[in-house]
Amino acid sequence: MGVGIALLLALLLISSVSDRPLEALWKFIASPLSSTRLLGRIVEKAIPLLFTGVAVSIMFSCGQTNLAVEGAFYLSGIACAAVATLPGMTYGIHPLLSILAGGLCGMVICLIPAVMNIRFNTMTVVSSLMINFICLYIGTYLLHYVMKDPSAGFDASYKYLDTARLPKMFGVTDIHYGLLIAIAVVVIGYIALYKSSWGLGIRMTGQNPECCNFSGISVNAAILSSCAAGGFITGVGGAVEQLGMYKRYSYTGLPGYGWDGIMIAVLAQNNPKLVPFAVLFLAYLRVGADVVNQTMEVPVEIINIVQAIIIMFVAADRFLQGWKHRTIVKASGVSEAASKAAQ
Amino acid sequence: MNERRTDILFMENITKVYGNGFMANKGINFSIREGEIHGLVGENGAGKSTLMKVLFGQETPDEGRILIRGEEVKISNPMVALSHGIGMVHQHFMLVPSLTVAENMIIGNEPLKSKVFIDSKKAVKMVREISERYNLPINPEKRVMDLSVSYKQRVEILKILLRGAKILLLDEPTAVLTPQETQELFVQLKTLKAHGFTIVFISHKLGEVKEICDRITVLRRGAVVGTAEIGDVTERDISRMMVGRDVLMDIEKKESKPEEIVMRVQDVGYTNMFGKNALKGISFDVRKGEIVGIAGVEGNGQTELAQICTGIIGSYDGTVEIQGRDISKMSVRQVREQGASFISEDRLVYDLIGTATIEENMIFDRFYKPEYRNKAGLLKSAKIDAETKQLIEDYQVACDGNKANINTLSGGNMQKVITARECSSQPSLMVASHPTRGIDIGATEFIRKKLVSLRTQGTAILLFSADLSEIMQISDRILVFYGGRIVAHIRHVDAVDENILGEYMLGIKSQSPEEIGGAVLAN
Repeated sequence: MGVGIALLLALLLISSVSDRPLEALWKFIASPLSSTRLLGRIVEKAIPLLFTGVAVSIMFSCGQTNLAVEGAFYLSGIACAAVATLPGMTYGIHPLLSILAGGLCGMVICLIPAVMNIRFNTMTVVSSLMINFICLYIGTYLLHYVMKDPSAGFDASYKYLDTARLPKMFGVTDIHYGLLIAIAVVVIGYIALYKSSWGLGIRMTGQNPECCNFSGISVNAAILSSCAAGGFITGVGGAVEQLGMYKRYSYTGLPGYGWDGIMIAVLAQNNPKLVPFAVLFLAYLRVGADVVNQTMEVPVEIINIVQAIIIMFVAADRFLQGWKHRTIVKASGVSEAASKAAQ
Repeated sequence: MNERRTDILFMENITKVYGNGFMANKGINFSIREGEIHGLVGENGAGKSTLMKVLFGQETPDEGRILIRGEEVKISNPMVALSHGIGMVHQHFMLVPSLTVAENMIIGNEPLKSKVFIDSKKAVKMVREISERYNLPINPEKRVMDLSVSYKQRVEILKILLRGAKILLLDEPTAVLTPQETQELFVQLKTLKAHGFTIVFISHKLGEVKEICDRITVLRRGAVVGTAEIGDVTERDISRMMVGRDVLMDIEKKESKPEEIVMRVQDVGYTNMFGKNALKGISFDVRKGEIVGIAGVEGNGQTELAQICTGIIGSYDGTVEIQGRDISKMSVRQVREQGASFISEDRLVYDLIGTATIEENMIFDRFYKPEYRNKAGLLKSAKIDAETKQLIEDYQVACDGNKANINTLSGGNMQKVITARECSSQPSLMVASHPTRGIDIGATEFIRKKLVSLRTQGTAILLFSADLSEIMQISDRILVFYGGRIVAHIRHVDAVDENILGEYMLGIKSQSPEEIGGAVLAN
């Protein structure tokens, strides 16, 4: 239902700029599934989003609207680049250390707003938003003045050494071994958040911190550990993306994977188990948009608006379903409770 | 049909289903005669408030109609209800504390000067007139925040009288009053009845219903059980109609045998954020195997003391020791690991996580313990599942399984979940604030019995309650609070009645320091 309305709106929008709106829309929807190369590209695009989606889910579950994932993803790539350009390491150890550097960098960045929240009672959403800009300018500075490879011709680091890079998994596509790490993060994230006592404390704190305090759960520990975990996962994601997809670090602006992670966590209702579905959906839309942008005369701005509309409607649909489901559960629960009491 | 003519109001076949599928009223027929005091009784959740909200235009019924003096009316909002002469006094007062009595009474209906400015002199005059006419004296120029609870209630009653209400709906008006204030209210209600007003009196306190009402209608689970002249039924009949079975509120209780001190409170003082000395020099102890009840009109320091004892308030003067250790330097988890259990007065803020499941709510004080997780830190879900199912059974929680959301439960069942969690940890100390507030008789009976059996097993219990009958029924000793101090220490509960306690609570009487004796049980 929601998707139908969204597609109709998208069609109207595209027909305002294109003489072949139906063809454009069809390409948008069908082309990502049309070739192995494009299917592979969906998976490539999905890898970083799996990391940020899980990271945001963990932090949001604890009630921390920590938006620093964006800055953390960006800056942890630089931390990774610093290690990945160091010579003299072997194949196994080099990527491991590079990824670890990224993870630690991400962890520190995401912890800053959490510590500020605990120490000074600042609003995490505001402080973490500010931190993104701090990260951006620190990164720009480092890239321009410290890590720049003068021979590159633009702002970029030296080339990553071959010992550090993550190899491709299949010949035709650019899918790299980072995918396995991403899948492991999703699985571990789900188990940690929904099956472990640590996760229960995190989720309870997110839902009612006063109550947790009253019953002896340490709210501060929950906030700190959730943001540390979220930041670490983000940082690992930032590093894996660099080592898998790029030859050198060349982001000159925030890449947007953190924002996407927030959207994915919202779609997945902060449950890592559902993150892959949301991620694949988003990556599929992105690939479709790329194809239309490259092959038709539809401007990229319009394509972005169409994407946004579809995501909005799908999200709305999802929430309505959740709401419907809850009311049904409630009704049956109440009537059963009443009939039990009557016996 | 003859009888129908004397009915000033008739609600016919009222059915109300809430959005979540809960059927609050099922085909209710409810009629009131002109000039009577009609008691609407039933347990919490029986549909009394919903029925009254339908009548006052706050809820729209899904079926049924309302007749006033034989004519069908559509009551779509409270303004329409007032225009038909129906006024309601809510359980929670709808007053602006910073405004004066007169200002509160004219809100929404202000007398104007030159069509723009509020004519405050006229407002004061109007309030004076109406309060004199019905013998409900009040100072119109006083601020509402400076009034006592019973005067605030009086303002609410005057407010609807000023709007021309002829039928007054009073939602549990005595819940907040002391016995003396209740008697005063009854005199006022009888005066109003003599002036020809019709009153619907909502209550679940049977003694009061019996005393003031002419007729009663009993609701149970959204349906009418019966209507009766008050002379034809006994309190026991009414209680049986309400619950559907006999309720034995005489809880069997053996003589207490207090042993060593579990909790000691010494010289505790507390100044709240408004600079008010909420507690002054409070000292007492609670021993193993006894229930110490704290009585008092709300707002005399009990809430603050309860929050100090449970660690919600962390900075105060004096010391609170549990098992000989000062709790001010311990985290809540450490205090709980000393064997303390807490039930707070605000169950949806401090006791329950409204969006979580019953199971999660039952284990969140203990899930971190080694017996609930394996070496990798994963929860032992089978053990937790079995334990919570057992607790649901033991504590008779009416629910849809341990994975159901807590907010699908009624208030009484939520409170049972809390009680299950806090009692099942085998505490050596239980601090319980208002453990049965706002819940039905069945659950109340169950929870009181549970507390008494805990005591018998050797738990020291500190009980805060605004319900005098609860305090008198299960406490072994009683401390009465007035103005942030202990004004009476009752060592033998059998030696007092509600009226004596009421006098202490209102500050009319107080014991000498010698009589209070440090509120410590002599050895």
